[in-house]
Amino acid sequence: MATAHAPTASEYVSHHLTHLTNIKQTSLVDLSVIDIDSMFFSIALGLLAVFVMARLAARATAGVPGRFQAAVEIMVEMVADQAKGIVHSPESRKFVAPVALTVFIWIFLMNAMDLLPVDLLPMLAAAVGIHYARVVPTADLNVALGMSLAVLLICIYYNIKIKGFGGWIHELFTAPFGNHFLLYPINFAMQMIEFVAKTVSHGMRLFGNMYAGELIFMLIAMMGAAWAGTFGSGLLWVGGIFAGTIWAIFHILIITLQAFIFMMLTLVYIGQAHESH
Amino acid sequence: MNLNATLFAQLVVFFILAWFTMKFVWPPIMKALDERVSKIADGLAAADKAKSDLALAERRATDEMRKARESANELRAGAERQGSQILDEARTEAARIIAAARTAAEGEADVAAQRAKEVLRDQVALLAVAGAERILRKEINAAVHADLISQLKAEL
Repeated sequence: MATAHAPTASEYVSHHLTHLTNIKQTSLVDLSVIDIDSMFFSIALGLLAVFVMARLAARATAGVPGRFQAAVEIMVEMVADQAKGIVHSPESRKFVAPVALTVFIWIFLMNAMDLLPVDLLPMLAAAVGIHYARVVPTADLNVALGMSLAVLLICIYYNIKIKGFGGWIHELFTAPFGNHFLLYPINFAMQMIEFVAKTVSHGMRLFGNMYAGELIFMLIAMMGAAWAGTFGSGLLWVGGIFAGTIWAIFHILIITLQAFIFMMLTLVYIGQAHESH
Repeated sequence: MNLNATLFAQLVVFFILAWFTMKFVWPPIMKALDERVSKIADGLAAADKAKSDLALAERRATDEMRKARESANELRAGAERQGSQILDEARTEAARIIAAARTAAEGEADVAAQRAKEVLRDQVALLAVAGAERILRKEINAAVHADLISQLKAEL
């Protein structure tokens, strides 16, 4: 928006909430559109996370660990303990625990993009001719729902693997209310609602928190941008510093907590897939 | 806030990253952790063993010390006994040698005295004969009276 006039508040916010896409999205659901900015930051942060950890893992020593190794080990231990407590099959844990670790670190990094100054990366991008850039991938509903959908697929996989395909179908129709032909449709409907509710709430919780956080950072940034030499605008500018500091500190908690919640729910849902009703 | 293909792209990326972590991140770190656990367990066991070994060695050392002291005492007692025995023997031997020397000396002295007595006897006999010769020069013939003189000599 390198136009002559400064953007209005609504222009500023809607500009910041517009994804860099291959083609402009007009309908609510359009599978030919892809959010290039979300995918770029998501993949970049994901690769950063796994390659740094893989490099460390390759040099991991059973002797005295370095500080970085110790830090990663603390996280790995934490995830391994949680997985052990929730998913009781050691065979499944070989896959589920790494999934939980990946999810935790990846989402933490994606959330942490929120702590960068809200205009920093978009302005850098604008300098090289990219006029839209949303830097927090988890504040993109597609990203959050994409991950919760992946968790749903894992749940279905384990449902079938543990109970057998017939066993799972049987459970879909006989649980939670009981094995009676009159109850079959009600049971099935309940199960479907459960799966949809789990998956949507799983993704929406993360998306909602990060989206709201991002929006508030934008509003705080506008307080700072209100500086116009008058006393009132000066107060707004000072208020922007205070509010930005407080919100950023609070957000350190939010980003960690949301990553942890997403990881825990992933484990819980997969753990539930292992249990028969 | 629209749904689009990003959703499925993210889903695929999710599985790729999860697979990568499962393959290259999780196992080596868990292996290192497990190895460290067993290392620490081994170390603690070794420390316990070393402690009991030390106690054992200390007990053995005191035993050895006690034994050494006992045998030293034994040796000293034996040496003392032997020394006094040798001393006694030496004393007895010395006494024997002194007695023998005295006996020998006494025997020698007896012989010497006997010899002196004989010499003296001869000389006294000669003196007596000479005296008698001076007295009886005129009337006594030595050859005639030799029988008498030797008889006298035997009496001395």
